[in-house]
Amino acid sequence: MLQTLLPILIFASLIMGAIGALRRVRLWRQGRRTPVVWRNLLLMPKRYLVDLHHIVARDKAMAHTHVATAGGFVAAMALALIVHGFGWRNPLLGGLLLASSLVMFVGALAVNRRRLHPPEKLSKGPWQRLSKSLLAYSVGMLLVSLPLVGVAPTLLGGGVLAVALTALVAWGVLELVVGMGWGGPMKHAFAGAMHLAFHRRPERFDDQHSNAQHDDHRGSRSTALFSLDLTAEKLGVEKPTDFQWNQLLGFDACVQCGRCQAVCPAFAAGQPLNPKKLIQDMVVGMAGGSDAHYAGSPYPGIEMGKHQGAPDQAIVPQLVEAETLWACTTCRACVEECPMMIEHVDAIVDMRRFITLEQGETPPSGAVALENLIATDNPGGLDNASRLDWAADLDLPRIQQRPEGVDVLLWLGDGAFDMRNQRTLRALIKILRAADVDFAVLGEEERDSGDVARRLGDEATFQRLAKRNIETLARYRFQRIVTLDPHSFHVLGREYPAFGGDYTVLHHSTFIAELFDAGRLSVKPSEQRETITYHDPCYLGRYNGEFDAPRRVLAALGIEVAEMARSGFRSRCCGGGGGAALSDVPADLPGRARIPDMRMDDVRATGAATVAVACPQCTAMLEGVVEPRPQVRDLAELVAEALIESHEAMPVSNPNETLEEVPA
Amino acid sequence: MSQPENATAETVDAIGTVHALISSGRHPVSGRPGRAREDARAVEMGLTLAGAGLHLVHAGNAEEPALRDYLGMYHGLDDSAARGELSLLPMAAEDDAVPPLAHWLETQGARMVLTGQRAECGEGSGMLPYLLAERLGWSLTTGVAAIEAVAATHVTVLQALPQGQRRRLDVRLPCLIAVDACAPAPRQSAFGPARRGKIEIVEDVTPERDAARAEWQWQPARPRPKRLKVVKATNARERFRAAAAKSSAANGQVLSDLTPEQAADKLIAYLRAEKILVDDDEPASD
Ligand code: SF4
Ligand code: SF4
Repeated sequence: MLQTLLPILIFASLIMGAIGALRRVRLWRQGRRTPVVWRNLLLMPKRYLVDLHHIVARDKAMAHTHVATAGGFVAAMALALIVHGFGWRNPLLGGLLLASSLVMFVGALAVNRRRLHPPEKLSKGPWQRLSKSLLAYSVGMLLVSLPLVGVAPTLLGGGVLAVALTALVAWGVLELVVGMGWGGPMKHAFAGAMHLAFHRRPERFDDQHSNAQHDDHRGSRSTALFSLDLTAEKLGVEKPTDFQWNQLLGFDACVQCGRCQAVCPAFAAGQPLNPKKLIQDMVVGMAGGSDAHYAGSPYPGIEMGKHQGAPDQAIVPQLVEAETLWACTTCRACVEECPMMIEHVDAIVDMRRFITLEQGETPPSGAVALENLIATDNPGGLDNASRLDWAADLDLPRIQQRPEGVDVLLWLGDGAFDMRNQRTLRALIKILRAADVDFAVLGEEERDSGDVARRLGDEATFQRLAKRNIETLARYRFQRIVTLDPHSFHVLGREYPAFGGDYTVLHHSTFIAELFDAGRLSVKPSEQRETITYHDPCYLGRYNGEFDAPRRVLAALGIEVAEMARSGFRSRCCGGGGGAALSDVPADLPGRARIPDMRMDDVRATGAATVAVACPQCTAMLEGVVEPRPQVRDLAELVAEALIESHEAMPVSNPNETLEEVPA
Repeated sequence: MSQPENATAETVDAIGTVHALISSGRHPVSGRPGRAREDARAVEMGLTLAGAGLHLVHAGNAEEPALRDYLGMYHGLDDSAARGELSLLPMAAEDDAVPPLAHWLETQGARMVLTGQRAECGEGSGMLPYLLAERLGWSLTTGVAAIEAVAATHVTVLQALPQGQRRRLDVRLPCLIAVDACAPAPRQSAFGPARRGKIEIVEDVTPERDAARAEWQWQPARPRPKRLKVVKATNARERFRAAAAKSSAANGQVLSDLTPEQAADKLIAYLRAEKILVDDDEPASD
């Protein structure tokens, strides 16, 4: 009896699963079409084993569980197809089938243990059921396969027990095979595999890098926003079908593991954003329906079950409230943690673009900043000619007077208008002078880099600023650009190349570290009376992989850094990026800590009396935390304080510095 | 703002298309062209009132970059596919804007026109609304902060007075409404609608040279000296009252139900009392 039931079951489930999969593909293909490179399917297994596993393995226990369960299942299913499906009842294969079912069973046990008291970040509902289904399949397959190796051949030959076992296996294949195509929790396996093959940012994978082993931080390889064609019919994403098809595919791959939710600063601060729910809402929009079936944490403060979506229906506000999108700081912590390599920030900015460019509904403070950027080239609406007012006594060299070129073009950024940041800038100038660096500034010809405009979705203003800056830079000669603003650093270095601006851009931490390496700075060693910790800015660390240089600078000062629990690629955002500070989404909710307050608590937990920062925005946010609190000092300030200013300090020749001395 | 329910439909029934006259503004810090403060408020008022039924008019240069900034305000309307339309009456800076505007508005059968009170660059005399209303024979209201209601024969507006005071006026149609800077702030100008808006160049405009302008002498503006306000107060209460005092306009008087002759006499008497008008036989004693 089993011998007739099992093949029917297996083939029926495979056919059903395949039909479901085709329907799923049709759902994805509702998005904007981009060319499909079929050959990328071949890259998928390696991407799964190398890149994806690299992220999954940050949670060791879960990684092992997944390997056992998924590996066991894939093997057991393949073998079951041969043994039970095609009826090649080879004892050796039967033994392997038993073994893989057993491995899967062990994995499924671990899954179930985790599901006894699931952490808040996990989704319940069908995902709770999945853990049982895994058990059902592995136990069922184990038992029906026992006769293959000669155990209990007669006992299971027929009767009630056989029917019961078949039912168990049927439950398993229904969830694991049919559900894979029809949108159950197991769809993550199918969609995830396709997502890896057709990912919109292939640079995130090792196979696109010749020297993958020695590459910098993996997550930071592809972080520039995609530029928008401003002549397109519709600008940005209004409806789910306005996403590119492989973005929809990416959303569908989500396993609702909640790692993104757990690291999202906006979610922690009680703001109406949860990156996991956002991705699930995109799936709801793509497939049509309401968010009532979602079994995870909501957007804080927004009731569930009240929103619905459809592929051709506007996302905001029917499916997602605009404030959800504006609460994001674009810190990329979610993207960094996501084991399925889903791109939340791209999706959020795509939707913001529609709101800003087509609907003109940027939050009021953001709209004011944009209007100022258009009229005055800086978000404060200040006279751009006053960009150098703070340096009136410093006699800064202007690049306009250096037609032969300079080594370093110092990019000031909009921090030049901020009194706190002017102190940092003065410290940096002091360092550059002490190291005898050949530098100059653009002065009033410098414009805002366009960072804020771009994150607020105003791609038109961003591109205008970018093009003007690139035109300006083309008129002068310099070896490299140094800036103390990680946002300018990111935009100039990573986002201007798409518009024809290719420069060597260094963050001041990297540059100062180089100066130390070259022996061009002499400092008195710190007495280290106090503990110091370091806060990694999102746009320096996660976006650009620079974790090392700031720590090297602190080490050169003789400071030992007491690391925060969330540091390096897991650093928690200060709350100031991505235009979130201009979003008018209430930042201080009753009973909840603001994002910078939480970061300051991280600092306090190390016992540090000072937190070293490397970004004007972080400085402003962290210094906005009420006293008493640890002091906030920029790296440049710490270095400038420790400088020994000797007049005979001759510049040591620096191999990095091959300056063109030939006049232009 | 107390907009009447379903303002759009009613407005169209009552007065047909609403027009807004716009001009290029100049940013106070950078001097770049952009929306003018008051004109943008006039457009905002028109969009709230008539939705996509608002039609923009500009007399001047077709290449003016600020024009698209106004068209970018056509969003958030009932008809989401609506796009802004602007009629451009081509003329040079030396031409007089009043005749072509008046002619065009007449041919369109316009009954309600919104505008700012004064341009931010160019002549900026603030005379255009007056000259235009005079030529058209329309009523004119300046300093309007809000339009409260529209009926077939008149509109009810709130006029802004100093110190945040408001005066409710019923204005006979057709009328020209010059919008005050304290009217509701204009909505954001968005790139997409700005790009999609239609600028239609009116062909049969015959510009006339501005005769008055030809006689003017031009000289650079000098910063106006600030008037000193001497407050002789001995205690805080008096200083506060001096600071919060209403402008002297408070002791004016409203004259109504007079014949034109009586009104003229009253005005002349007032001007004499204020020593603004001086009788010929009685030399001014400055
Ligand atoms: S980028 Fe940062 S703030 Fe935005 S959703 Fe991701 S984790 Fe949250
Ligand atoms: S988006 Fe990624 S990190 Fe977030 S729940 Fe889904 S799979 Fe997990």
